Amino acid sequence: MTRPISSPVRVFDHGSTFEDAALRRQDGDHGLGMRRRKIDGHDKATGRTLYADDLSFPGMLQAKLKRSTRAHARILSIDVSTALAMEGVFAVITGNDLPAKYGIIPWTRDETALAVDDVKYIGDAIAAVAAVDEETANAAVKAIVVEYEDLPAILDTETAKVTGQDARTKVNPFAKKGNITKGVELSFGDVEGNLERCRSEGVVVDADFFFQGTTHAPIEPHCAIGTMDERGVLTVISSTQTPHYVHRDLAHVLGLPEALVRVVQPPVGGGFGGKSEPFTLEFVVAKLSMITGRPVKLLYTREEVFYAHRGRHPMQMHYTVGADRTGKLLAVKSAIDIDGGAYASFGMITAYYAGQLLTGPVAFNSYAFNATRYYTNKPACGPKRGHGSVQPRFAFEVVLDMIAEKSGIDPIELRRRNFAGDDVLLINGQQMNSSGLIECLDAVRTASGWDQRRGKLPRGHGLGVACSMYISGTNYPIYPNDMPQSGVQVKLDRSGRVTMFSGASDIGQGPGSALAVIAMEELGVLQDHVRVVLSDSDLTPVDLGAYSSRVTLMMGHAALEACRTLREQVQDAVATIWECRPDDVLLGHGKAWHAKDTGKAMSTKEAFVLAEERYGTLGAVGGYRTRERGGDYRGGTIGASPAYSATAHIAEVKVCERSGRIDVVKVWVAHDCGRALSPVIVEGQIEGSTYMGIAEVSMENMLYGNYPKYGETPGPDHVRAGMLLGPSLLDYRIPTTLDTPPIEAFIIEKPDRNGPYGAKEAGEGPLHSSIPAVANAVFDAVGLRLTELPFTPAKVLTALKKQASSSSKAAE
Amino acid sequence: MLRMDPFLTETPTSVDEAVALLAAHQAAGRSTKVIAGGTDVVPNLKHGLFDPEVIVHIGRVPGLKGVVDDGGHLLIGALTTLHDLSVHPLVQQHASGLARAASLVAGPQLRRMGTLGGNLALDTRCLFYNQTYFWREALGFCLKKDGSLCHVVAGGKKCVAAASNDTATMLLCLDAEVVLQAPTGRRTMKLEDFYVANGIKNTVLEAVDLLVQVRVPKAASRRFEGYAKLRHRNAIDYPLLSVGLRVDVDGGVVSAMRCVVSALQARPHKLPCDAWIGRAFEHRQERQDVVDGLKQLAFAKCVPVKNLADDVVWRREMVRVLVQRAFDEAIGEAS
Repeated sequence: MTRPISSPVRVFDHGSTFEDAALRRQDGDHGLGMRRRKIDGHDKATGRTLYADDLSFPGMLQAKLKRSTRAHARILSIDVSTALAMEGVFAVITGNDLPAKYGIIPWTRDETALAVDDVKYIGDAIAAVAAVDEETANAAVKAIVVEYEDLPAILDTETAKVTGQDARTKVNPFAKKGNITKGVELSFGDVEGNLERCRSEGVVVDADFFFQGTTHAPIEPHCAIGTMDERGVLTVISSTQTPHYVHRDLAHVLGLPEALVRVVQPPVGGGFGGKSEPFTLEFVVAKLSMITGRPVKLLYTREEVFYAHRGRHPMQMHYTVGADRTGKLLAVKSAIDIDGGAYASFGMITAYYAGQLLTGPVAFNSYAFNATRYYTNKPACGPKRGHGSVQPRFAFEVVLDMIAEKSGIDPIELRRRNFAGDDVLLINGQQMNSSGLIECLDAVRTASGWDQRRGKLPRGHGLGVACSMYISGTNYPIYPNDMPQSGVQVKLDRSGRVTMFSGASDIGQGPGSALAVIAMEELGVLQDHVRVVLSDSDLTPVDLGAYSSRVTLMMGHAALEACRTLREQVQDAVATIWECRPDDVLLGHGKAWHAKDTGKAMSTKEAFVLAEERYGTLGAVGGYRTRERGGDYRGGTIGASPAYSATAHIAEVKVCERSGRIDVVKVWVAHDCGRALSPVIVEGQIEGSTYMGIAEVSMENMLYGNYPKYGETPGPDHVRAGMLLGPSLLDYRIPTTLDTPPIEAFIIEKPDRNGPYGAKEAGEGPLHSSIPAVANAVFDAVGLRLTELPFTPAKVLTALKKQASSSSKAAE
Repeated sequence: MLRMDPFLTETPTSVDEAVALLAAHQAAGRSTKVIAGGTDVVPNLKHGLFDPEVIVHIGRVPGLKGVVDDGGHLLIGALTTLHDLSVHPLVQQHASGLARAASLVAGPQLRRMGTLGGNLALDTRCLFYNQTYFWREALGFCLKKDGSLCHVVAGGKKCVAAASNDTATMLLCLDAEVVLQAPTGRRTMKLEDFYVANGIKNTVLEAVDLLVQVRVPKAASRRFEGYAKLRHRNAIDYPLLSVGLRVDVDGGVVSAMRCVVSALQARPHKLPCDAWIGRAFEHRQERQDVVDGLKQLAFAKCVPVKNLADDVVWRREMVRVLVQRAFDEAIGEAS
């Protein structure tokens, strides 16, 4: 079914794509790999796109949430009587109205839509109001009175480790042992033996790292609208990345058959992992609409988006890595404490990912990791772009730089020497068919002038390199089942139009455009003749959602299968008229062509008419399911993916020794996405990922008030414990265009046999190595090893002063 | 989205009508707030920091916009936008530091709405104050609004929210005056006397007063002026520290010198600079000697407190760096 992949590895950048596209056009390759607009680009640029909050329905009510002002407390009472009696208030609900527990991972259902019995962080939802307008709803929320009994707030992993034995210090009662969400300990090969060997004849690096948590900051806040019709069909329109899981959990929590629930995902204004699971608002609008019989909308404020969170986990990491004299990596050992916040979210997976996603593209002979995720009284962490693996990748890539330094090996050369290779079984049993690491390293090395400049720039100015890989979806779905992970339905008819129905979630990353490209490539239609219908559970086949960088690969295969069924019918119908073999009918550029007779051609519309005459109503379906398996041990399937991407970054920095400010001057990044269906979108993903990484290195600082520490006597201002300091985009800074360095992105195409046309992911991988590349560049610039993110000027200046005083002592 | 509580609006079309309206509402016991560009007032309304019953919008009052040279002063209308101020030829010629300070406020959109009067009357800012009602409630409120505790200084009884207006720092260096209109008439006062060391309300502006004009004396001799702002991003952010510097030189020696450091506490901090009067200021080393002394003085006198979301030790370290930067700006050697 799949076309054999014979194309060699190709590297192209902005300059060469035009010629490249021209070549492809001669091949009749008119859809794939062409630089074109996203199908939704024009509407978004002109403001025509309707996001969830743009939608309004007659009689619609506005909902607001009462949230906890305590980090950890027992709820003694909730008095909603005043609120309920207010004019314009239609309904007030509390935790007892939605008591069913849910959670994205079926094994860790540990949250309720509204707090039942206790609150677990400042911002935890307690009650919801539906009122005639937002002002009335806000006033009603203020009128709700909650009585609390404060409990000790557990705010970091150090405290979480030693608490949770009793109910007062247990953050989430779901935790079976202490405050642990999940602990993972895995070992492959003789780590201790190898480390011993490296100590005697080689090099061993021991180092600690801390990754401060960060959040996604999508520009569109979460928004949902619920409405129930006369027949009892509940419709929820939500700004989500995972409508299918929202669908399942809505049915579960509300006690409705799944057939009576419809979930619609409108265009989403950014997700980055922050909308990857069901949230309070979806259950609340559903329940309130069922109670009131009216449509109900709930739009989070920016502050509430910070409380919904599910952002990157803070991780305290210790790494021990050993290499022999030639720089060959023999052993990697890590111990990682993960600060999870109040709920599990994807945390079980996070604990695995913290170890499982490190085993390529740089390989090592033995590996042991120990990762534990703890509950704490803060907004729950979850998946943010590069889920679970960005933090370990930062630590590991800095360690590689340290090994290169100690061994006197060029950092790029060290990575080349340890490249896992193609078609290899990684140490943890994961099969990597293809990896363009070497090509990625070569591209950034040449473009940045690495050989001429690295280590030779004046003090304060430096270059650093780092690399990584990422998954293109996971082999197993989140809930165990043998059904397709993605389905696509295609209809074409006598109008010449092709309509693609897919449950995939477009959060800006472009699955709609990918579907159009596949329709063009397979059926020969022009882009304007393709319609895409996305993510409405009444209309579209199931797709599991936009997470784990799975969409292009999985939806792509499903679309290919459906389109190829139809292509055969069209070719067959035309071949009958032309009296030729079906293979001789080529489809492209809006026409059917005869391969051997240039005089013969007809429009795709005419060809579709012939097919409809011959086969009747035209439609086909396709589906994707993985057949690959991961390692044969508990957890061996987590992180196992059909295909792995590769990335390399080189960052150029200037460090101001007076202010401690790190100025990222330029970034070169090369990413192997297998095959770029739409190069403009791939470049956008590479640049956007890199931007996000630079933001996490330099600015994003998620700080919580932590007074008093656990065990200390609360002072008069004890409520500060657990407060997110500055939940706004003024205090939580992300870079503006003026703070963003020029980013030069290179697409590397090393096709993978498991990808549609060879395609692999591009949405998350290109974030990882941007962070350690900056850290390593700072070392080249001023000789400092920065190990705690973010690298704020205050931290850098302190480190520089320490460096100066120790070097002056050394001089004495 | 954050909503504002309801209020009445008045849109006067003259200064006299505006102050009469303010007086009438005050007399009737209604709280008022004056709004022009709204870039400070609207977010503060949304956070529940301001809760006026009446908003008097002066944006349409004629005659309060623009810059005029009366021979000895630049007369700047309070409604002149920060953008217009930053690009005005007279301001660039006679008060380049002010043009620069105005150009560094927030971002382009906000500078096209925000006015000079609004920037001078900007509410003081604090990490524990400029937050939503919910957040402040969870905090237990603070002594500036709705509460009695200071979260910056343990046991503090005086609000130390930070003056965060970029233009004030520079206008203080330029010995500017402000013209206030009240129902009883006009009065002119030194900008230095306009600010008080009280974070809850750091100006002498009364509820019935309207700030209508800013008067900036022109230089009598050769003048160097510079402004430096500490912030993490190159747009949007309020200052974490700001330094204004002016050196007048006559006959090769310093004839007047001002240095103001702000974003520390409620009142911009004016450093005593008279010791440098009469000091040579022609050659590079002479100038650097002056600034080195000034850096020491500034570091000794300026101690940031934890009112803004950044490390106070680092902010203090930056005092010297910013004085140098303002100086480099002043003598045209900024990098």
